[in-house]
Amino acid sequence: MQAISVEEAIDMIPHGASLMIGGFMGVGTPERLIDELVRQGKRNLVVIANDAATPGRGIGKLIAAGLVAKAVASHIGLNPEAQRQMIAGKIGVDLVPQGTLIERIRAGGFGLGGVLTATGLGTVAEEGKRRIEVAGKSYLLETALRSEFALVHAFLADQIGNLSYALTARNYNPVIAMAADTVIATAEHIVPVGVIAPDHVITPAPVVDYLVRNT
Amino acid sequence: MNPLDAQNIIAKRIARELRPGMLVNLGIGIPTLVANYVPNNMGVYFQSENGLIGTGPVPDEGMAHPTLTDAGGRPVSALPGACTFDSAMSFGLIRGGHVDVTVLGGLQVDAQGRLANWMIPGKTVPGMGGAMDLVTGAKRVIVAMQHTAKGKPKIVPTCTLPLTAAKPVNLVVTEMAVIEFRGGRAILLETAPEVSVAEVLAATPISLEVNDHVPKMAL
Repeated sequence: MQAISVEEAIDMIPHGASLMIGGFMGVGTPERLIDELVRQGKRNLVVIANDAATPGRGIGKLIAAGLVAKAVASHIGLNPEAQRQMIAGKIGVDLVPQGTLIERIRAGGFGLGGVLTATGLGTVAEEGKRRIEVAGKSYLLETALRSEFALVHAFLADQIGNLSYALTARNYNPVIAMAADTVIATAEHIVPVGVIAPDHVITPAPVVDYLVRNT
Repeated sequence: MNPLDAQNIIAKRIARELRPGMLVNLGIGIPTLVANYVPNNMGVYFQSENGLIGTGPVPDEGMAHPTLTDAGGRPVSALPGACTFDSAMSFGLIRGGHVDVTVLGGLQVDAQGRLANWMIPGKTVPGMGGAMDLVTGAKRVIVAMQHTAKGKPKIVPTCTLPLTAAKPVNLVVTEMAVIEFRGGRAILLETAPEVSVAEVLAATPISLEVNDHVPKMAL
């Protein structure tokens, strides 16, 4: 793990990069990284995340700034700007059932090619997918998802990058931390090694590539 | 009947389906109101799919915590014994059949009990969120919806809106009736106190089985 500034962290991300971003309706989203993406004007981003948050919050800021070319999400309904850009054809949106989305990401991070799920059978979510029978039951083959970068927000990070999360701000964060080529984390508090007890570490330090310094 | 009365009748009736020890997931809209009729000490576990079991009431003004929220991002509280987890675990609980009951809103339900509740083509495309997983994976699916929308039935021979799942729901509770779907049949279990069987049949254009005696909803 390397400690860097928020400017250096976002400077690594090229235009057009694929980003997994933690958070659920903006709760648990690394807002400092989002703000810096907007400041540096990183364009044509492919964002993989649970939802589009709300205008002015989390991923909502990226959408308002016109930086997102494609979103893979389970829900964008609470962000009218995201709806508007989707209907106008400015953002391509892949809507994925929430449990399928997180499991595709988990598969990507856990070295699996995909997962079999009954979710989506007989609905529009089945279009273009293979149906596979196992022990007499039907499932859809859902392929693994990975990204170039994961932007993770933790509650505590220790000085070598072990992470723990707060309450409902955990959501996608530990899962995306496994599924990207480069993992960048921010934390509410950076604490000495040992403060997070081994049993309470959710994301182990070796999977975190960069920890953004607190100011 | 005004819509608020209708919603509260539905929520109150559904609350009677819940038992101590059950793990229950409530969708947004009318389903959220169900919790208002379940005492905190009853021992029902409410799940928020953003990663919480033991979801409690909305905190008092000024008492909210920014990282204790429901699936809509709104502040909630956590009851004693609550626990938190990531989204993979949350949907493992849902898809894996660990959720005893889910209560979801509905746009349409067809004659076999199949639900459409996530999009109106050409109008709103919010995304399915967790609805497809909940209908597919929960042990029992209860739909909470008003019986009609602008005078038009919502229980219909065939859904014109995209389905949420091919798997049928178990129970539909409206302000007029309780209808069970079992083995491809639709059975009228109860009517609301001021509503007759004939009125339910007139507002429900599917083949509905009616027993000799249809009890009134106990509220």
